[in-house]
Amino acid sequence: MASLWCGSLLRLGSGLSMSCLALYVLLLAPLTGAAKNFEDVRCKCICPPYKENPGHIYNKNISQKDCDCLHVVEPMPVRGPDVEAYCLRCECKYEERSSVTIKVTIIIYLSILGLLLLYMVYLTLVEPILKRRLFGHSQLLQSDDDIGDHQPFANAHDVLARSRSRANVLNKVEYAQQRWKLQVQEQRKSVFDRHVVLS
Amino acid sequence: MESEQLFHRGYYRNSYNSITSASSDEELLDGAGAIMDFQTSEDDNLLDGDTAAGTHYTMTNGGSINSSTHLLDLLDEPIPGVGTYDDFHTIDWVREKCKDRERHRRINSKKKESAWEMTKSLYDAWSGWLVVTLTGLASGALAGLIDIAADWMTDLKEGICLSALWYNHEQCCWGSNETTFEERDKCPQWKTWAELIIGQAEGPGSYIMNYIMYIFWALSFAFLAVSLVKVFAPYACGSGIPEIKTILSGFIIRGYLGKWTLMIKTITLVLAVASGLSLGKEGPLVHVACCCGNIFSYLFPKYSTNEAKKREVLSAASAAGVSVAFGAPIGGVLFSLEEVSYYFPLKTLWRSFFAALVAAFVLRSINPFGNSRLVLFYVEYHTPWYLFELFPFILLGVFGGLWGAFFIRANIAWCRRRKSTKFGKYPVLEVIIVAAITAVIAFPNPYTRLNTSELIKELFTDCGPLESSSLCDYRNDMNASKIVDDIPDRPAGVGVYSAIWQLCLALIFKIIMTVFTFGIKVPSGLFIPSMAIGAIAGRIVGIAVEQLAYYHHDWFIFKEWCEVGADCITPGLYAMVGAAACLGGVTRMTVSLVVIVFELTGGLEYIVPLMAAVMTSKWVGDAFGREGIYEAHIRLNGYPFLDAKEEFTHTTLAADVMRPRRSDPPLAVLTQDNMTVDDIENMINETSYNGFPVIMSKESQRLVGFALRRDLTIAIESARKKQEGVVGSSRVCFAQHTPSLPAESPRPLKLRSILDMSPFTVTDHTPMEIVVDIFRKLGLRQCLVTHNGRLLGIITKKDILRHMAQTANQDPASIMFN
Repeated sequence: MASLWCGSLLRLGSGLSMSCLALYVLLLAPLTGAAKNFEDVRCKCICPPYKENPGHIYNKNISQKDCDCLHVVEPMPVRGPDVEAYCLRCECKYEERSSVTIKVTIIIYLSILGLLLLYMVYLTLVEPILKRRLFGHSQLLQSDDDIGDHQPFANAHDVLARSRSRANVLNKVEYAQQRWKLQVQEQRKSVFDRHVVLS
Repeated sequence: MESEQLFHRGYYRNSYNSITSASSDEELLDGAGAIMDFQTSEDDNLLDGDTAAGTHYTMTNGGSINSSTHLLDLLDEPIPGVGTYDDFHTIDWVREKCKDRERHRRINSKKKESAWEMTKSLYDAWSGWLVVTLTGLASGALAGLIDIAADWMTDLKEGICLSALWYNHEQCCWGSNETTFEERDKCPQWKTWAELIIGQAEGPGSYIMNYIMYIFWALSFAFLAVSLVKVFAPYACGSGIPEIKTILSGFIIRGYLGKWTLMIKTITLVLAVASGLSLGKEGPLVHVACCCGNIFSYLFPKYSTNEAKKREVLSAASAAGVSVAFGAPIGGVLFSLEEVSYYFPLKTLWRSFFAALVAAFVLRSINPFGNSRLVLFYVEYHTPWYLFELFPFILLGVFGGLWGAFFIRANIAWCRRRKSTKFGKYPVLEVIIVAAITAVIAFPNPYTRLNTSELIKELFTDCGPLESSSLCDYRNDMNASKIVDDIPDRPAGVGVYSAIWQLCLALIFKIIMTVFTFGIKVPSGLFIPSMAIGAIAGRIVGIAVEQLAYYHHDWFIFKEWCEVGADCITPGLYAMVGAAACLGGVTRMTVSLVVIVFELTGGLEYIVPLMAAVMTSKWVGDAFGREGIYEAHIRLNGYPFLDAKEEFTHTTLAADVMRPRRSDPPLAVLTQDNMTVDDIENMINETSYNGFPVIMSKESQRLVGFALRRDLTIAIESARKKQEGVVGSSRVCFAQHTPSLPAESPRPLKLRSILDMSPFTVTDHTPMEIVVDIFRKLGLRQCLVTHNGRLLGIITKKDILRHMAQTANQDPASIMFN
């Protein structure tokens, strides 16, 4: 029973993550505009060594139209006629980024990856143990797939046959899950075993 | 008699159809035995817009209610499931297009009835644009996710940002307070693993600790990637472009563009790129975009039920994929036209452009790289190039062509070995071994330790006064008071020579590792490694030419243009040209590649050198073999892909290729009204053919139509379940009127609705050149061969592919699918 709930919850979770991805675009568009952090915008001027002045880097939070040497470099290390020569060597770039976007993206990615890892561990390790405990050792040997097929979903066939008898919501989910497992097994056979597609 | 009646009825029905149909250039055909009219079967039909395109043949297939069905047939409802295709089979383009035109006619004819019907017809017309908009949005969003996550995870191999764990190296150092010029590359917030684990940042102990952690992270990412692919979606491995090319030409691979494949491909692509393997993410991004297109097309009935229309959406989606991969919307459209799509009508051109535009817009608004550019290596310089530089550019083109030919041969040989021997039995182990070797050899060399995209950016960037890498360690003349932009050619310092050595080693390493990496069971693309190899070679050549120009500025070729103190040679430009040449050599793209590269770099002045290098690499590559890497993989897998670029120039006739041959059993045919349900089922069970011609009688051998195996099976099964009185000995009737049967015989089964009444036929003396042309242009699956009006045999697409393989001295048994 617990395994069924687990499986269906994880399936729901993966479905939710797909819609989460869809919300990603809608979320980010207003976020990038609104929550612009103070330190997410800057004008960076790199000035190489000139005469006896060592090189220096200047950062300032300034708008793009004011992003040039005269506005950013303060205090000006040279005076008078040398200012122009100094400023011509400096390279000023306007940079902006969105730290919120980066944070949200990494968190979404890691959570989806974590969910998938949990589901993978459940499918490969936990589920066979649970099934063995519930249905006994004899059932597993009756599977007419290749003997020695230790890959996941090896017993999808008989679970599929068994679940056809009952028809309620939970079994519909289980039925869909078993059908998906059969499909993946077929794909795995064509790609990895028979090398028919995608060699 | 009866046959003449049938003839006239068919004629009248077709004329009835032509009166009610909207398009004016539909030609009428005779009732039985249609003969092809070659002059009119041109490409224009496929390039037309939607409503006016003329089909020459009308069909009365099941799956949709045809306005021209005879009265009796109107009582039969369409059988569900008829008109769909099996996995690993080819679609029937003509049938799908006819179905779509029928649907369009039906909606248009009901348009004037009510406002609801009017909105339905508007919705139908606009659903195409809706699908490509959604596809573009999804592709842009996913590409942004992949870029940001891949950047972060790649830097995770080196260290971590303690103040904000989600920042990569560059973002972490954004807020650093190092203001002195010499220390501008240092960054205390970014901690390497050695610093965190053993507490010291420099020294041999920390180097070894960093090495160990690098290998550990690389292996764990690679292992995670391959296990996720193996457990959840085995179709997510590889590049995806060969399979998408085949799908777009009409092949069906169920699940290849599904939800799980999309999710797993996105997640594992990030892991594969982060593990430092020699692969790129452009090919897989095309697959991701096509998955999005496929998924969204299921929301709209216009696209979900029609395989041909779905492929229009997939063409547009692949343009969106390349657009976000390179930041090149126009290049993406051209890539879709040149490389991926099979049929590309003008409507698809517009839709592809729109999809690429939307995707590029979404990606730009997510702004993954913080500089409002779409790709990491957007460089723009405007230094001019000189005529004598064409010689090294052409040399780079030759290198690109040679490398492309070598790579295709080596990679196909390795993939074939993996496919047929026991090397392929251990995919997880193979990925781990390749990742381990890559990590172990890549770490010591600073150029291979870098992310490949960053390496390309560094090679493309020209040396200014603020560059601190060893590649820019020239001997500066400190007294020169020149301004920043116009640094003259300088002699190379020690740093440059050591950098060249390291780059040479990196080149050899990348060439060898990419051969083994492309095709392993994680998502792997080819564009970035090829560009990296070309960029390395180009930069080395550029530095060599620059030093040659400096030390021998009195040679006559340099004297004209390169005076002492002038900024003559730009090695970054050579890197760009080299990258384009290598990519062209391996994929054999021409126009789309040039457009992609100049959209990537913004260098419109450099179109001529790029074109020269790309053309040279294509010519040199074609001298060794006509196929690009994707066609080679298609041939390796035996997909039924009839290449539109190859020419068939042999003088064989249709009679030489058709089946049955002299030694084969006779053609398996169905007769019009003489067979029972049991006979048909026996024939289906005993043979493995995909379709059966229907003839009038065994004596006359005159053709009535063509029935597909899948449709027959589904129709018979549903008739057994739903219609009472249909038993094994019921007569099956394909004709208009059931024959008169004795009173106590069981009820006959009318299967006229699933019959294709207008199969394509050629005579047995038709040259094969014309037959191959017909198959290509119309997208046929099979074609019947007649002799003096009587049915003689059948030619299928598989027969044609085998024949072409045979005439090209390749193995005809390698064609696996039909």
